[in-house]
Amino acid sequence: MSDHILKAYDDDLAQLKAMLSEMGGLAEEQLNHSMEALVRRDTRLAGQVIQADEKIDAMEIAVEEKAVLTIAKRQPLARDLRNIMVAIRIASDLERIGDLAKNVAKRSHAINDTLPRRLSAGLERMGQLSQAQLKMVLDAFAADDAEKAMEVWRHDEDIDALYNSIFRELLTYMMEDPRMISACTHLLFATKNIERIGDHATNIAENIYYLVHGKPLREERPKKDKTSITPFELKQD
Amino acid sequence: MNDMTFKTVFTPPQPKILATNPAKIIAEGVDVYYGEKHAIKNLSLTIPDKAVSAFIGPSGCGKSTFLRSINRMNDTIPGCRVTGVINVDGQAIYDPSIDVVDLRARIGMVFQKPNPFPKSIFENVAYGPRIHGLAKDKTALEQIVTESLKRASLWDEVKDRLHQPGTGLSGGQQQRLCIARAIAVNPEVILMDEPCSALDPIATARIEELITELKEKFCIVIVTHSMQQAARVSDLTAFFHLGILVEAGDTDEVFTSPQEKRTHDYITGRFG
Repeated sequence: MSDHILKAYDDDLAQLKAMLSEMGGLAEEQLNHSMEALVRRDTRLAGQVIQADEKIDAMEIAVEEKAVLTIAKRQPLARDLRNIMVAIRIASDLERIGDLAKNVAKRSHAINDTLPRRLSAGLERMGQLSQAQLKMVLDAFAADDAEKAMEVWRHDEDIDALYNSIFRELLTYMMEDPRMISACTHLLFATKNIERIGDHATNIAENIYYLVHGKPLREERPKKDKTSITPFELKQD
Repeated sequence: MNDMTFKTVFTPPQPKILATNPAKIIAEGVDVYYGEKHAIKNLSLTIPDKAVSAFIGPSGCGKSTFLRSINRMNDTIPGCRVTGVINVDGQAIYDPSIDVVDLRARIGMVFQKPNPFPKSIFENVAYGPRIHGLAKDKTALEQIVTESLKRASLWDEVKDRLHQPGTGLSGGQQQRLCIARAIAVNPEVILMDEPCSALDPIATARIEELITELKEKFCIVIVTHSMQQAARVSDLTAFFHLGILVEAGDTDEVFTSPQEKRTHDYITGRFG
């Protein structure tokens, strides 16, 4: 993309992008730390994650202000306009990712004290997948790479599939031993949060597609999250 | 000369506005020359009725030249030649049988700088209907003048001083007077060549509001240097560059996702 005649306009857009990549970095870090806190049962780290969330919240507001100001000053059109719209949306997705990571950290507090056995290995794997998705989508955004964004978009179903199996696994634990119900419920919510983070990553991917191509992605995303329609069956012996 | 060189670069699938509004002006293979200078190159464009079409592009791109070709204003420029076909309601306006004076009554024009006649406000508007014999008596003429001033949203401001000179009005009022003068002869098409570039933002907003009202009755074509103005008032936008119609499409699409890179670069302020 060639430069604007008015250099200050380029600076505005570059600043907006820089703010978003900083915010993206922060969201990535929050997710990584919350997973680590959960897996390693690190209550201190969980506390840090909870504290750091307000930084992301503040950045979302800063991005919005910058975007509004740029619209007011430059009257952006075409791709510049999409750029700003997309910046606002991505900032809100990143803010939600931050919130979800914080929630995972909060739940890890509760789980760390009560859950006697090791976490499911699936959860760890799911965390890695969502981390990889988030990283990839942020890279795609930095490079305006719609192809890469589409790859993220298509891979979300892996997270969904894993979520499904963890859901079943946790149900089984709870049925085996009702004393596990409290911890497993927390774990279930944590898992759901991570699955939601994957969804936000695909939202960001859709926005990158829109930014580059100028039209929204119309295809239906492949979905494998079936937990909402999974009946709770008690096995009769 | 290779024909392909001057092909209109991009014609997207029929703009949506043409599906709802019938075509008023159809240009096909139009070339305009000023002596040696080839100002418009093989232009084909359909302009919808009862809608606003905006021509945008950098200075010297040919947008005003094409606008002026639509009511044969270029005839008065020595060395200017127009080839190809421009049809208004299916009638070829460059046909030798066409009476240019009648044509210009059907296709009115408003210019960049307000240019009222050095006469009273009333006379400015009455002049056209009188020479075209549109009013059978004084009452009918007054009726036309009142009606035109009302339609140009100027009536309330001038009704008590109709016989004072038109040149004594503010710039924005003068421009609305010129619009009243143009619509007094009951034209079908109104051509506007940067009608707001000499006006302040409030006067500009009034004219834009007026344009939006007038499109109910007329086919309006506007040349503007303000991208925002084109985005605000028009239904169809045509982007010209170096004498070529680069892209024409629904305004909503041209300003959010233009198909041609040159259009994109121009409207986002990357060249011009």
